Amino acid sequence: MKQTLLLALLTLFASGMAHAADQMRMAVTTSFHNSGLADVLLPQIANDLDLEVQLLVVGTGQALKLGEAGDVDAILVHSRAAEEAFVEGGYGTHRREIMYNDFVFVGPANDPAIIGGAGAAEDVLQRIAEAEAVFVSRGDDSGTHKKELSLWAEAGLDADTFDGWYNAVGAGMGAALNTASGLNAYVLSDRASWLNFGNKGDLVLLFAGDPVLFNQYAYLPVNPARHDHVKSDLAAKLERWLTSAPAQALIVGYTIEGETLFVFNAE
Amino acid sequence: MRHAFWLVVTFDAELAEIALRSLRVTLTALVIACLIALPLAALLAVRRFRWRRATIALLNALMGLPPVVVGLIVYIFLSRSGPFGALGLLFTPTAMIVAQVIIIVPLIASIAHQSLRELWAEYHDLLISMNVTQMQKMRTLIWDARRALLTAALAGFGRGIGEVGAIMIVGGNIDNATRVLTTAIALETGKGEFALALALGFVLIALALGVNLAIHWIGQTERDSRW
Repeated sequence: MKQTLLLALLTLFASGMAHAADQMRMAVTTSFHNSGLADVLLPQIANDLDLEVQLLVVGTGQALKLGEAGDVDAILVHSRAAEEAFVEGGYGTHRREIMYNDFVFVGPANDPAIIGGAGAAEDVLQRIAEAEAVFVSRGDDSGTHKKELSLWAEAGLDADTFDGWYNAVGAGMGAALNTASGLNAYVLSDRASWLNFGNKGDLVLLFAGDPVLFNQYAYLPVNPARHDHVKSDLAAKLERWLTSAPAQALIVGYTIEGETLFVFNAE
Repeated sequence: MRHAFWLVVTFDAELAEIALRSLRVTLTALVIACLIALPLAALLAVRRFRWRRATIALLNALMGLPPVVVGLIVYIFLSRSGPFGALGLLFTPTAMIVAQVIIIVPLIASIAHQSLRELWAEYHDLLISMNVTQMQKMRTLIWDARRALLTAALAGFGRGIGEVGAIMIVGGNIDNATRVLTTAIALETGKGEFALALALGFVLIALALGVNLAIHWIGQTERDSRW
């Protein structure tokens, strides 16, 4: 009886699996995944290339580590300095820019630090620090976190010296937004994750548009010279597709609530 | 809450696939863990050897093994740069099964040993006087204590099916490959989709209840005069 039950389950499971001729693994950032763009691109990739791309959704720091260890075939992340170090270290063959979106400052609707009237990103941060308004930081070494730290540095402030009002949650974009929503705090988010986020509460978008907030995504195939099991032919095939006209049409045409999220800039 | 309820009622194909994968991973881990833990528990009950007490104490201590640490260790071993990297098992259901086996073996062995030890106190004189082999003693004990062992197995199942820390690390929560109910709940919570996360939670609870009832029914625990 038990065996029959198990067998039935196994058969059900096997029949429910997707079948593509090729499979590869790509590490992507939480912010890319939360944007929902993957749900548009992956079915089209499966259709055009007969390729199933398995996504590992992690922070940029961990994505680069997965590439270094050879546990994925390619990565799609957004932290230029770290990416260049990755290629220089011989872990990736090259870095190919695909598209960009932007970061936005989100905070409580009554805006206690009055960042809505700020002129530039560094001005926003100075106002938040001065008001000691509650702020949520990713704190997970992700691309967004690195961006936030570099913005604090540009504003002439050191995030290590903040106390009480500065909360490093050490979690993904969604979890950080959940925390910010609970604390009614300021937070730096990529626009896509913010628009797709389902638990906004009292939070609203307060500041965006400064060019330093642009967020470049780049595609890095893992170096097969270092890990010979890496599916570099599939990674190259995917790169050709990601930089092609059909991909451009999908990326540029992707909107949430009528807003275009990504600008395609692959060369 | 009502939205969550409707999501469960309109049980879609993807949800079914995730639920079945949860069940497959944990049941496989449970079978393997029982094959290791039950003979080990019986051996600890019938045989007196030098490190017996230490082994029992260690098993008891390992019941509280943090899943996230197990996940990390399995991850390091299975990573392409790790000792078993050539097998290419990281981010597959097999890796998740390995992690769960490690997590639930100490639990099942400890609970099983407790009940086998009591039974052994009763059977000791009889089995010794019949002059049976070690293997026969162990088999008799396991068979006669099967109801108590079922409880041990169900405790292991419970720990496995609800576990998220280890399988998130070694499975990677890949859609259509290693996403199970608990990791899907973590993902949807991260997206702020609480209704969907809650719906998945209901499915998980229903699944755990269903398996428990099914096993009790198959094992006929509550039949006749045998309470």
